[in-house]
Amino acid sequence: MSSTRKFLDKIHPLFHKGGRYEVLYPVYEMVDTFLYSPADVTVGNTHVRDAVDLKRVMTYVWIAALPCLLMALFNTGYQANHAMQAMGLADAPGWRGAIAGFFGFNPNNPISDLVHGALFFLPVYIVTLAAGGFWEVLFATVRKHDVNEGFFVSSILFALTLPPNISLWQVALGISFGVVIGKEVFGGTGKNFMNPALTGRAFLYFAYPASMSGDAVWTAVDGFSGATSLGLAALGGVDAIKAAGISWWGTFFGIEQGSMGETSVVACLLGAAFLIYTRIASWRIIAGVFLGMVATSTLFNIIGSSSNPMFAMPWYWHLTLGGFAFGMTYMATDPVSAAQTQAGRWAFGFLIGLMTVLIRVVNPAFPEGIMLAILFSNIFAPLIDYVVVQANIKRRVKRNA
Amino acid sequence: MEGLISLAVKSIFIENLALSFFLGMCTFIAVSKKISTAVGLGIAVMIVQTLTVPANNLIYSKLLKDGALSWAGLADTDLSFLALMSCIGVIAALVQILEMTLDRFFPALYNALGIFLPLITVNCAILAGSLFMIERDYNFSESVVYGVSSGFGWALAITAMAGVREKLKYSDVPSGLRGLGITFITAGLMALGFMSFSGIQL
Repeated sequence: MSSTRKFLDKIHPLFHKGGRYEVLYPVYEMVDTFLYSPADVTVGNTHVRDAVDLKRVMTYVWIAALPCLLMALFNTGYQANHAMQAMGLADAPGWRGAIAGFFGFNPNNPISDLVHGALFFLPVYIVTLAAGGFWEVLFATVRKHDVNEGFFVSSILFALTLPPNISLWQVALGISFGVVIGKEVFGGTGKNFMNPALTGRAFLYFAYPASMSGDAVWTAVDGFSGATSLGLAALGGVDAIKAAGISWWGTFFGIEQGSMGETSVVACLLGAAFLIYTRIASWRIIAGVFLGMVATSTLFNIIGSSSNPMFAMPWYWHLTLGGFAFGMTYMATDPVSAAQTQAGRWAFGFLIGLMTVLIRVVNPAFPEGIMLAILFSNIFAPLIDYVVVQANIKRRVKRNA
Repeated sequence: MEGLISLAVKSIFIENLALSFFLGMCTFIAVSKKISTAVGLGIAVMIVQTLTVPANNLIYSKLLKDGALSWAGLADTDLSFLALMSCIGVIAALVQILEMTLDRFFPALYNALGIFLPLITVNCAILAGSLFMIERDYNFSESVVYGVSSGFGWALAITAMAGVREKLKYSDVPSGLRGLGITFITAGLMALGFMSFSGIQL
């Protein structure tokens, strides 16, 4: 037995019923089951037996988000260093500048990019963990349920969808809304109906539009203003993106401005492959989202428009721009808020793809649509399941009549 | 024709009576526990809306509007101050007729809707439909489209709400929030999802 296990066993009585820190049992339980498989076994006769429990499922999703995390560090730093070079700045202000100064501000040096990006991403992530973790533990302690690893997933996904220039108090507010209103008031992980990370993100988006959209928030350099690729496309279509010096491969690898973790399609594909291989994400949902997007954008291509350049954007650009790949891989496949039936998953995914392109193309208020499309489809997921189940019942009644 | 289609899309999604104006909340919250009942009520609202908006439109434009009575030689008469009263009266009468029809021909639906069918009479979504029609100066064909689609939008919202609430049967809501509290939060979160349409100009 390892020494960690021994230590955990030794302090176990302190947290057990009647122990000194009884109220903090959920925290102890969280650390214990994060490190070791829970010792609890099922009782009773009927139970699904699987080597992977909910905690491991959530940990896997967290691992799947790692490529995006790395890309977030690199790209945030790269964009910042690049902008500084373009503006002729030699030094960044504040404590970040003091630390990043050791590694230089050279956009062509990956280490300097990673460090500079980490100085922006890590504070956001730490605040997310602290603020969201506070609510998780509070609810777990008062309501006597376990702290679930679902929060690890929500926290990393939430942090990855934020723009680099966001104020930290807004991060705390957003994740608090997501965790409390999006999840905990319904009873915790698995009992909510909307994706908590996206609920928090959408809350920030509508509450503080000035710091969540526009041109000034996407690069972590004060005074630098640059539109996201989708922002450019909304004004001038694909040509405007190319004119800004961004190629399709650039958007595919994620060297563009945007929310921290969402820019790279490659990272999302790696994550998607891992999630599908471990059978955590439903490939039906991912395929549905993709097909919905291709079908709708092709439809808009055919209709065409003289005044709106987004009509002409082909599907492979829709795929690489904005957060489409990120949302398709990590957000749409959330097993809790998605449709639960196999046929329903196709419909649910298709609806997301359709709504994303619809919002991007015909809604001038929002350049990006995947976040709202997923929230919108979350609302209809139970209804989709209901229709599928009812159709099944009708078919079986007919067959066995 | 294009104008009518945009009007339909606008009143179903962008200006959804339930989720962007929060109209008809009492029935929206009270009758959304089961999908089948919600669908029934949604259809009832849609039918009532389809009947009352055009009916009120005819009455308003042929009798009440400024100068509408010129056919009777009363070109200077403006009876539009009666619009509110006539709308309420027409809605009450039509709901009464609908109720008797359901009672006679669809007793299952009539029983399922129970007290809520008479409540449609005082459902603010229905009255709002007619008042919006007057305020926005719709002509007859527009009022037909508006009646159908705003009713459909409301029906869609309550059906989705019922779906979510059936799913929430398995959740573990803190005791202080059970019932109405969590339903209001749910409606708010749904409105957040429907925000995806706000800003679309048609």
